[in-house]
This record gives sequence, C-alpha cells and structure tokens, in this order.
Amino acid sequence: MLRFNMTLLLVLVICALALVTSQHRARKLFQELEREQEQARQLDVEYGQLQLEMSTWATHPRIEKIARERLRMVQADGLGRPVVPGGAKPAGGR
Amino acid sequence: MVVRRRPQRGHRYTESPVLELALQGWRSRTVGLLLMAALLALVARAFYLQVINNDFLQEKGDSRYRRDIEVSASRGKIIDRHGDMLAVSTPMKSIWAIPGDARTMSGEQKRQLAELLEMSVRELDGKIATEKTFVYVRRQVSPETGDRIAALKLPGIHQEKEYRRFYPTGDMTAHIVGFTGVDDKGLEGVELAFQQSLLGRPGNRTVIRDRRGNIIEDVGAMRPPQDGKEIRLALDSKIQYLVYSQLKATIEQHQAKAGGAVVIDARNGEILALANWPTYNPNNRQKLSGAQLRNRAITDTYEPGSVMKPFIAALALEQGKVSVNTQINTAPGKMTIGSATISDSHAHGVLSVAEIIQKSSNIGTAKLALGFSPREMWELFDKLGFGQAPNLGFPGEVNGRLRPWKNWRPIEQATMSYGHGIAVSLIQMARAYTVFASDGELMPLSLLRVDETPVRGTRVYSPQTMRELRLMLEMAVQPEGTAPKARVAGYRVGGKTGTAYKIEGGVYARKYVSSFVGIAPISDPRLVIAVMIDEPSTGGHFGGSVAGPAFSQIAAGSLRALGIPPDAPLQVAAAGNGKGPL
Repeated sequence: MLRFNMTLLLVLVICALALVTSQHRARKLFQELEREQEQARQLDVEYGQLQLEMSTWATHPRIEKIARERLRMVQADGLGRPVVPGGAKPAGGR
Repeated sequence: MVVRRRPQRGHRYTESPVLELALQGWRSRTVGLLLMAALLALVARAFYLQVINNDFLQEKGDSRYRRDIEVSASRGKIIDRHGDMLAVSTPMKSIWAIPGDARTMSGEQKRQLAELLEMSVRELDGKIATEKTFVYVRRQVSPETGDRIAALKLPGIHQEKEYRRFYPTGDMTAHIVGFTGVDDKGLEGVELAFQQSLLGRPGNRTVIRDRRGNIIEDVGAMRPPQDGKEIRLALDSKIQYLVYSQLKATIEQHQAKAGGAVVIDARNGEILALANWPTYNPNNRQKLSGAQLRNRAITDTYEPGSVMKPFIAALALEQGKVSVNTQINTAPGKMTIGSATISDSHAHGVLSVAEIIQKSSNIGTAKLALGFSPREMWELFDKLGFGQAPNLGFPGEVNGRLRPWKNWRPIEQATMSYGHGIAVSLIQMARAYTVFASDGELMPLSLLRVDETPVRGTRVYSPQTMRELRLMLEMAVQPEGTAPKARVAGYRVGGKTGTAYKIEGGVYARKYVSSFVGIAPISDPRLVIAVMIDEPSTGGHFGGSVAGPAFSQIAAGSLRALGIPPDAPLQVAAAGNGKGPL
C-alpha cells in the first residue's frame, strides 16, 4: 500500500514538473510567434513603403521626361506604325 | 566489569503514570474549539477574499500583468484600374512629451532630440514649457527617426504610431482622389465619398505580459483588426496623365483661367480620366485656394453652347420631322423671335440638317427646336440627365439648371437648343454624349471599375438615328466643319464644338467657355471625351481651335493606350512631329 502511494506521489511530482516545463515551452513558443508576427507586420509595412517608392519613381511625368530627354524618344508617326490587318486583337490597357 | 546503570528517571512510556490519569474533559474541548475557531477564521477570510472582495483583488492582479492592446488597422488603398497606387497609408511616428518630465533633459539630450526632429532647441524648449501634461512635439516623423529617438531613452519623451496618407500621383489625380485630414477622415473626392469602406476598424486583444514586458499569453476573446477596403477606381492612370498634361498645356497656351476634361468608356460608363486645372498637390496642402480645390468637371456648371445642338438634331430626326438631307434656310444669318434676335457667327444660307451640325448654325438649330413643344424638349433634356445630379456618389455633384418647361418662352426654347439658358456640368455633358457612342443608350457613370461589358443604359434615341448622328459629328471635324483640328491620325473621330458666352452679373460678357465633346473611334465607339476651357484669352476662343486640338491629342493617346486598332489609314493626317503623347 505504502509503495503504491509512493509511486503515485512520484508520478504526481513528475507530472507537475512536466506541466511547468511545457508551460514554459508554450510561453517561449508564443513569444517566438509574437516575434515572427511582428516581423511579418514590419515586412508588410516595408512592402507598402517600397510600393509607394516604386510608384513615386514610376510616375508618368517622370517616365515621359526621361523618355524624351535622356533617351531621345519620339512618338512614332503614321509611317512608323504599320498596322496588322484584322486577326490579332491587341490587349486592352497593358 | 560493573555496568553502572544510569539512575532511572521517569518511566517507560507504557508504564507512564500519567496514562493512568483521567484527562480533564474541558481541556481537550477547549483545544478542539480553538482549533475549529482558527479554521473557521481561515475559511471566513478565504471566503472574504475569494468571493466578497474578489473583484478588487482580481483587478489588482490583472493590473500587474494583464494588458489590453489595441491593434491598429490601416486605411484602404485607392488604386487605379490596373492597380497603380493613387493613395496609400504608411505608418509614421508622432513624438509626444510629458512636459514636466521632459524638462529634466540635459542640454545635450535636448540638442540631440532637436536635431533629429529638425527643429531648433529654442523651438523644442517652447513646446515643453507648457503647464499641460501632454503635448505633441512633432507629428508624423519617419519610423527611422522614431527609432533613433527611442534609442536615446529621453525622459518624458514618448511616441505613438500614426498613419500618413501619401498620394504618389500628386496633383495629377488630386481632384478625383481627394485627400484626408488628420485621423483618417476623408475630406474631399473619393476619400470622402468612400470613407465608410476605406476606413479600417482597429481590433483589440487582451494579453498577459511577463516581468520583462513580453507578451506570453492571449487571454479572453480577441477582435482582429479590419483593414479598410481597397478601392479600385475606373481611372486609368496613363490616360489620366495624358488628359492632365494636355489640359495643362492647352490652358497655358491660351492663357485660360481654368479648365476641365473627362474621358468616359462608352461601353460601360467608367470614368477613365477626369482632370481639372488649376489643381493642387494633395501631399502638401498649405496655402490652398478654393479655385484649386474645385473639381470643376463635377461641381461647376457652365452654359454648354453649341455642344447641345446634336441632341436637338437627333430628336428632329427621331420624330421623322426631317431627314439628314432636309434643306433649311439659315439666311441671312439673323433671326428674330419675339423681341430678341439670334444670329450665326457666319451667315451660311441654305444648309442640310447634317451641315447645320457640321457648321454649327444657331439659326438652323433654333428652327429645328421650334418644331417641338416645350414639353418634348424638356423631356429630352431630362432623359439626357440634365438638371439632375449624375449619381456618382461624389461629394458636391451639381444638378445643373434646367427650368420647368411650363414657363419657357419661344426665344428661350431657341437659345436652349444651342446651349444657352441651360447650365450643365462637364461630366453631365460627357455622359449625355454616351448616347451617340452606344447607339442611343445613356450610360450610368461609374467611378469604380466595372468589369462586365456592355452595361445597359436607358434608351433615349434609336440606333438608326445615332448612326446618322455619328456621321454628322464626324463631318464636324472635316476641313469644312468647325473643328478640323480635332482630327486624329489613324482614327475616325467625331464631335461637336461649343463656344459659349459667359454670364457675368446677369448679362453675357465677351468672355467665353470653349469646349469640345467627341467620340472615338466612329466605326465602333469606345471613348467619350469632353474638354472645357474657361476664358481662353490668347490664340482664339472658338471651341474648334482651343478645345479641339486638346481633344485630338487626348483621343490619340487614349486610343493607343487602350490598344484600339485604327479604323482609318494612318498616313492621311499624320502630324508626324513626334510631339504627340508617348
């Protein structure tokens, strides 16, 4: 009887210690999750900022200026624009 | 060996004489009672703590490790039809101070802070000299600066996350996109019109923090933040840029006061571009004037002038009163109705109905208009959407002015037929022209991208009449018409000029509103383009020479941007100077 009780006590102590350890591990993991989520948010913000930067560099006035002044581009006139009759339908927009 | 036994003291336990004694009953009872009383006291205390005083203690406990955190949500983006950014929110930091604490900063610390905030130490001292317990030192500084300030660990200096709205396309799309004020409140344009969808709803969560301030557990229910919805406009930023730059160039060339231009997709009523001049930069809104802020195309009305004529001619054809070739005498270029006289800018003699539109004869149109009853004409205008707001949901849309037909006099009916005595907004006029482009149906307009095509409109004219009208509109841009400069290389286009006198103080002044509203390409209309220039002062004032060339440039660029195949030989009218829109 006594031995059985002692075994149960030992099991109880082991369980208690296991609970403490797993709780600790859970908290560690949770912190890691938090950190990763925070990083995801940071990256999201950065992505937004980069998109903003990209659209600022890619504004039409800037593109036109570079095309005309630096690359010396001109609009093709009638002779420079052969038209393919029928068939191939150009995609709308881009 | 003698074992000396220790003298026996006391007795063996089992032989103890005390055991022989009878215990006095009251003693054990007293001890028992005392123990019970102590136990009861403990139970009572426990009951008090656990049940009666529970809330207070719970609160004390929570306040030591439990925190409610607000999770911020960002305002929705506004993008054009292809996904280009028109308005984006990005997080910034605002730096605030508890002045009492902040005053304990050393001189060196103040200098560092002031330098990071790009202000002078004096200015900083001024801000924290107040008696208040909270003061913003600077709002909306970049996150990097915020981090650097945080690293300095200054006393009494704190920061808070904030969003700032950026408009990458700036003044180009200012009128349509609008802007927000502090705290994400839409103040103008789409930002105001779609405030409810754009606005995000912040979430919150309850967490347990450990001693180091790390979040270790979520407790209770959390409400996830809801970011604002993304608004996809019908706007095409490429066409918008074209329209904006052409409008600006035209206004500079003719030294006009203001102007507006609209491009509409004729198949589904999408607004592909809408620009006004003067405009403003929504990223920097200091010193804004009312004139800059006005979205003329939607919120201002003007007397459209001759642009109105094709509707009258179409009604006459529709009723079978005349055919395209019916001859009408407009000589001698003057006509008296009641006590008033109307005139043409050039006397034309006998014209066919088609030529009346081509050459824009006031007298010819008035003669056609006088064949209708006032009610018929009013109903026509009403069906075309004049006198009623275009229902875009845009702030400040105007109805225009269309008086009830019951008190129209004949002279008014005549002048209204060529667009005087009736006031419309540019967007109403552009919308009305969708009837010519879509075989007689008036299209509902949309600021947002519409994916299904074609959209059904409300029928105003029959397709047959519209086919005839399109040819008349095309004649107007021929060399014999009023707007040869509106032609586009490679495409058949058509439209109508308008040159209206402006009313100042109740009388018509020698100031003009020049406009051109046209459709392209004629063989299978895709676009309705309306251009209006207010008070051109140099280089002519006729719609054909002021707004016509702008129409031509906008149409050429837009058709090409949309990849619409040419329906006329390119070589015919190729300008070929390379100056066209890229």
